[in-house]
Amino acid sequence: MLQGRTRKAFDRLSGLALAGVVSAGAFWAAEAAAQQYKGEIIHPMMVTRTGPFATAATGVTAGQQDYYALVNSKGGVEGHKIVWEECEFEYKVPRALECYERHRGKWKVVYPNSTPAIFALADRVTKDEVLAINLAGGRSDSTDGETFPYLAPVVANFWAQATSTIKYIAQLEGGAEKLKGKKIAYIHLDNDYGRQPFPMFDILAKKYGFEWKSWALSWPALEQSAAWVDIARRYRADYTIGWLYGQSCNVPYTEISKVGYPIKKYISSLWCGTEDDVGPAGALAKGTVTANYHGVGRNFPVIQEILNTLYKTGKGNADPNRVGTVAYNRGIITGIVIVEAMRNGIKAHGAPLDGKKVRDGYRMIKLDDARLKELGASGLMPNLIFSAKNHGGMDAQLFQTWDGATWKTISGWITPYEDIVQAKIAESAKAFREQTSKPK
Amino acid sequence: MASDSTAGAAARPKGTGLFAPGANRIAFALLLLVAVAAPYIVSEYWLRAIFIPTLIFGLAALGLNMVTGYAGLISMGQAAFMAVGAFTAVIAYGKFGVPIPLALLLAGCLAATIGVAFGTPSLRIRGLYLMVATLAAQFIIIWILQRVPWTGSGSFATINTPPVRIGGWAATTTADHYYLVLIVVAAMTAFGRNLVGSHIGRAWMALRDHETAAAVMGVSMLRYKLLAFLVSSFYAGVAGGLVVFGWTGAASVQEYELDVSIKILGMIIVGGLGSVMGSFLGAAFIMLLPILIGLGMHHVAALVGRSVASVDILANAEHIVFGSLVLFFLIKEPHGLARLWQRLTDWIDAKFSTGKTRVRSEDPK
Repeated sequence: MLQGRTRKAFDRLSGLALAGVVSAGAFWAAEAAAQQYKGEIIHPMMVTRTGPFATAATGVTAGQQDYYALVNSKGGVEGHKIVWEECEFEYKVPRALECYERHRGKWKVVYPNSTPAIFALADRVTKDEVLAINLAGGRSDSTDGETFPYLAPVVANFWAQATSTIKYIAQLEGGAEKLKGKKIAYIHLDNDYGRQPFPMFDILAKKYGFEWKSWALSWPALEQSAAWVDIARRYRADYTIGWLYGQSCNVPYTEISKVGYPIKKYISSLWCGTEDDVGPAGALAKGTVTANYHGVGRNFPVIQEILNTLYKTGKGNADPNRVGTVAYNRGIITGIVIVEAMRNGIKAHGAPLDGKKVRDGYRMIKLDDARLKELGASGLMPNLIFSAKNHGGMDAQLFQTWDGATWKTISGWITPYEDIVQAKIAESAKAFREQTSKPK
Repeated sequence: MASDSTAGAAARPKGTGLFAPGANRIAFALLLLVAVAAPYIVSEYWLRAIFIPTLIFGLAALGLNMVTGYAGLISMGQAAFMAVGAFTAVIAYGKFGVPIPLALLLAGCLAATIGVAFGTPSLRIRGLYLMVATLAAQFIIIWILQRVPWTGSGSFATINTPPVRIGGWAATTTADHYYLVLIVVAAMTAFGRNLVGSHIGRAWMALRDHETAAAVMGVSMLRYKLLAFLVSSFYAGVAGGLVVFGWTGAASVQEYELDVSIKILGMIIVGGLGSVMGSFLGAAFIMLLPILIGLGMHHVAALVGRSVASVDILANAEHIVFGSLVLFFLIKEPHGLARLWQRLTDWIDAKFSTGKTRVRSEDPK
């Protein structure tokens, strides 16, 4: 097939390729051996920098890293600097498992920012006693810290989000009783992120007499035209709730304008509430509504401090324009939660940290008004107070609209239907305990 | 599928296969030794993150290789059959207390039944048309697993398994899980190897190489095509069960999406169509290479300083390098890694066998 010179060149190239692979392995072994505890906190991070979900994920990662850098610049966590290493997993489950194994023993807290990854990791982190968190995601029932000692949704679990969104629609209609006879379309990613709201919609639909229907989109959900024609022309939904992520968040806006669906009636989950999720759609996204759980913008002392200490000297981890965006601020919030857990862990058990100490530290988190003020994060995030029983997740949502340039908050804090969510958590946690108990 | 390009290692003359004399035999003995001693040689990371998934996906790829590489029928539903196996196994074991060996068998059988059902179009259609028909399996099965409450997956589409026990023995350490996987995979690989060497394997290859000629010679299309799907999806089903008991500890729908099916197809193409060994080489290649590339690039970046390339560029470059390497290996050896391996062992044999004449394994073309 290949002759003479080409053949030789190819053989040489293949030799090079082999050498490359082998040396990569050697490097790795060398580095693994070189890593010793020198008083710092080694903090591996799972990141998604490639693929269709990279848009928001990179902002969240950069926010965390900036916060760690800020903490380090002030002397670290109780005197220990945070040293982070990235592990790219592309939002894919097998790669997340590989990342976890690669850094096994080094994890302080696992934050993949991927609900499917949380499900796959649950078993391992529980055995290894490392806390896996997914802010405003993960397993909704992991609010129950007793059944899930090493999982936590931290803020607003999916069931809380779903019920709060329905409550917001009820408010728009002028009361829950007005929901009767209304039709709600639910367009979502067909994975355990997008499917988690199902039971909440079922319960609330029964309670308030509205009707709902699911339009499931398989990964990565970049083709949605058939679904939107169906929602707008055939089903004629009164409201449409979206539960998408990454690039798939942009797609509905062109479709909505094509089929002529009223954009104000399209309400997305908070995971489509970042600037990156509407920016590419341009003017088409104007007027759309999404949920959110935190403050937007740069007017918080902690972010100003980051701008002053990091970005003035060009040491920031994000494109400076992204500072203060929704995804970035989520990264800051995540950073605050993780650093608080580490700090509590060191205070209670001393350094060096391990997964269990950080988990214990997490359970001691008390981010009340006073503490948030100290951290310069007043108004940036809700108060978070955890315990061994409560791993967080029962938080309220804000609703925001896109005016073509920024997100404008248009509602107060809308709480979830807490009794319904709590009942479901209890039921689901019980089912999990039965699943994982000894075989009959 | 171009049938003439699929004549790989298995079509070699007798006596040059797995137990061939010379380098191949030594290599095989070494491989076996490494596989058995792995928990004592390599770190837990290698076992859990590389060895176990490579063995499991290698088994699924071997199944696909039977239907695609040997029988020449392209199938895109392998991941879905794995999902059937995973859910069957976890429900049988977790809900009904079926012992694990039986649960694995059940997983294979149910996947095989469904596989045969989706394989029936192969009697009428071939090539790309068949690919689309088997694609339907991927979508329908995943859809059913997500929607039907009986599968127990509900809104999470994930079922966790209770602690793994077989009789009085409990798998607690990684090595336990590894041996469980290794034993099943080794037994099924040995069986698979004999199967493709038997009259069934020869009938498959006859069908692949020239369907009409095979039919004229009395090879029953109905029987052997469906048999190919049956065996193939049985292997996928068991592999799915092993994912639950040996690797992740849960059956989760999103681990069996379409891209996994494509990946398994990629494994057998890179590894070698119509080769048992190629299935595992391909699985190792596809599982291991992106990780090594990623690591290698991070280390190079660390050496030359972080400022040269941003982390974003590095992460994306990994895909480019991986794609180029796949292309490179396919140009270098269109018959896959198995053939490359064969050439290497032949070369070693030729170097070190002075004076002795030996039947060299030649491409039958």
